[in-house]
Amino acid sequence: MAKHQTPMLDQLETGPWPSFVSDIKRQAEFRKNNQGKVNYQIPVDACDDLLGVLELSYKHGRTHWKHGGIVGVFGYGGGVIGRYCDQPEKFPGVAHFHTMRVSQPAGKFYTSDYLKKLCDLWDMRGSGITNMHGSTGDIIFLGTTTAQLEEVFFELTHTFNQDLGGSGSNLRTPSDCVGQARCEFACYDTQAICHDLTNEYQDELHRPAFPYKFKFKFDGCPNCCVASIARSDMSFIGTWRDDIRVDQKAVAAYVGGELKPNAGAHAGRNWGKFDIQKEVVALCPTGCMRYEGGKLEINNRECTRCMHCINVMPRALRIGNDRGLSILVGAKAPILDGAQMGTLLVPFISAEPPYTEIKETVIEPIWDWWMEEGKNRERLGELIKRQGFGKLLEVTGFKPDPRMVKEPRSNPYIFWKEEEVEGGWERDVNEFRKYHQR
Amino acid sequence: MAFVSSGYDPKEPMKNRITDIGPRNFEEFYPPVIKKNKGKWLYHEILEPGVLVHVAESGDEVYTVRVGGCRLMSVEHIREICEIADKYCKGYLRFTTRNNVEFMLDDKSKVKPLVDDLMSRKQPGGCYKFPVGGTGAGITNIVHTQGWIHCHTPATDASGPVKATMDVLFDDFRNMRLPAHMRVSLACCLNMCGAVHCSDIAILGYHRKPPMLDHEYLDKMCEIPLAIAACPTAAIKPSKITLPDGKEVKSVAVNNDRCMFCGNCYTMCPAMPLADDVGDGIVIMAGGKVSNRLSTPKFSKVVVAFLPNEAPRWPRTTSVIKQIVEAYAKGANKYERLGEWAERIGWERFFEKCEIEFTHHLIDDFRDPAYYTWRQTTQFKF
Repeated sequence: MAKHQTPMLDQLETGPWPSFVSDIKRQAEFRKNNQGKVNYQIPVDACDDLLGVLELSYKHGRTHWKHGGIVGVFGYGGGVIGRYCDQPEKFPGVAHFHTMRVSQPAGKFYTSDYLKKLCDLWDMRGSGITNMHGSTGDIIFLGTTTAQLEEVFFELTHTFNQDLGGSGSNLRTPSDCVGQARCEFACYDTQAICHDLTNEYQDELHRPAFPYKFKFKFDGCPNCCVASIARSDMSFIGTWRDDIRVDQKAVAAYVGGELKPNAGAHAGRNWGKFDIQKEVVALCPTGCMRYEGGKLEINNRECTRCMHCINVMPRALRIGNDRGLSILVGAKAPILDGAQMGTLLVPFISAEPPYTEIKETVIEPIWDWWMEEGKNRERLGELIKRQGFGKLLEVTGFKPDPRMVKEPRSNPYIFWKEEEVEGGWERDVNEFRKYHQR
Repeated sequence: MAFVSSGYDPKEPMKNRITDIGPRNFEEFYPPVIKKNKGKWLYHEILEPGVLVHVAESGDEVYTVRVGGCRLMSVEHIREICEIADKYCKGYLRFTTRNNVEFMLDDKSKVKPLVDDLMSRKQPGGCYKFPVGGTGAGITNIVHTQGWIHCHTPATDASGPVKATMDVLFDDFRNMRLPAHMRVSLACCLNMCGAVHCSDIAILGYHRKPPMLDHEYLDKMCEIPLAIAACPTAAIKPSKITLPDGKEVKSVAVNNDRCMFCGNCYTMCPAMPLADDVGDGIVIMAGGKVSNRLSTPKFSKVVVAFLPNEAPRWPRTTSVIKQIVEAYAKGANKYERLGEWAERIGWERFFEKCEIEFTHHLIDDFRDPAYYTWRQTTQFKF
């Protein structure tokens, strides 16, 4: 018999998609039975009360979690988010229900051995409820008491060789796409750089020194599977500078119908016979392709690497060999001044370890500027807007490049600096008046 | 419930303290076939919805079976995932950015038994535990935020609307009939932990009532200058309030006409709550993308200004989404994303084909970017 009646949530236990309600009920039952004789360190009925308070939110149409709370582990300013229920008498099992962010391994590959041990830890010292994963990428442990925070942290660092992730005005836990681990489109090793920068900047990740949050995300190619271009202050997107490698035999196999276009992604409908002219050549955004006499020609100099042709014919077309990445900066979600997409700052940079050029010529000068000039809760993208893209070039030392803009400005309101104008700005009005009457 | 120490000594927090060690090294977790062929993959193919094969230069193959699920996940559920990984995948697995679980096999003959096993596992109410799908020109799992399960600022729930929406879109999770892939995302407030603003379809929780002012406590709970500075429209100013008992306190005043309900003041000041059962609800945005494929990345556009929170199944929200998906499936060309389709046919046609009413709320009036969304040409469709 459930502790709380949950008639509204119960309606989410039918239909084909997995039900989180059934899953939490399962955990509630598991804790109650406690066949493994676990010495639970937070209330056994935490999951029952979690369902109870959620049902109340369904009834009220409002959340029942209080605003924040300063809790954490000693010496860190991030990784823990304080959370208290605003109906603690009714739901004592979740009265204190803090979140812990656990830094996920790059690429989100796991062994069951590791995950099972994490489960045991969180079963005993927390609610047993997680997010796999949070939006930024961390493993999220959802719900424990203040007394358990240090205990979980101690276990993580001592037994699991595992640290917490970022929260607050910190570097947030960087995340990446599957990359070269299992994708033929990846132009650099996203896991290697994600792991390297995460470790290099542990201090920035754990101790708030920034005006606001800062996110790194690593996309192996312009398909952008981790959406770095939309949601990271610094977005790393793989690219290449030379030619797309073409296997003409495989092109012919696509044309002849032996190979399925787009890796079979459209198999759910009969789209008719593959038409390379219509589906590839004519759709190319730069018109840099030609298919004639059974041969595909690409004018690579004009290609903008949109990935469409490669996505459609992955067995015939492959990314180039001169690979690296582009860096775009300033993406963020709408709050406060509206959403921003990342803006191209570095068209091409090497992505080989130890990434010194990336760290020393891009990341660190930008952080120095942002920490100096950024207002409280001002994201990098907003600072770039406030002080201008030119300022960003100034602090990083990158040379202006037409690749950085969609088009040149359409107003002439240039903020000329005095040193740019011959003779400076100091002039003698009396000298002027000798030739120009008042 | 006797306290069990981990070894941590609260009297000496620095004793044996380990910090700044970062995450585990990813290389520990690679399946052997991944470790061996990393960076040397030749091509991939989707064999059936939810099943991919990647072929390496070495001739090695890795078969991936992708399953959807809730990102809100119990440890018992994770243990079951581990049991499956142990049974079929030598204990290896991975998660995707969109909360799917991927089981990787090095032998094609194991694919069918695994898929059959996954599809046979159901929850007590009949829901699939591990639905296989989410590949190619279909709809994969919804990325989302916490909602009422754990957050203090949401304007809607997250897991509930996601469950209701995925129930309605389930066939397209299991199929690949759409013109291109479609990304659906949910953020339960404008903070957008989930950054849904570049999704084909975004479900966004939104408040519509200005903050309430808890005058008696405001100065005690908040830094008033921070609350004032937090407002992007400068709608908040300092004020002095006389409480019913005659006591004068420092507080703030809000110019309600300037409020666009972003909730940033509440983030800075807990004495300014916005949440309201009637005021809060859902905005539907459409046509965004993050990929650079064909067209450049796009923001999602607001296509429905408000739908009420209809717990537990949000029927109006899911039905609008279904309308958009069906109109897109019918009208778009092969490879065309939702936003590309809308731009090709024109947004005037988009509203017609999706049978969505165009209201004044959908015309941008927020600062400079608004002008660039109005039509400065005689080219339009009747």
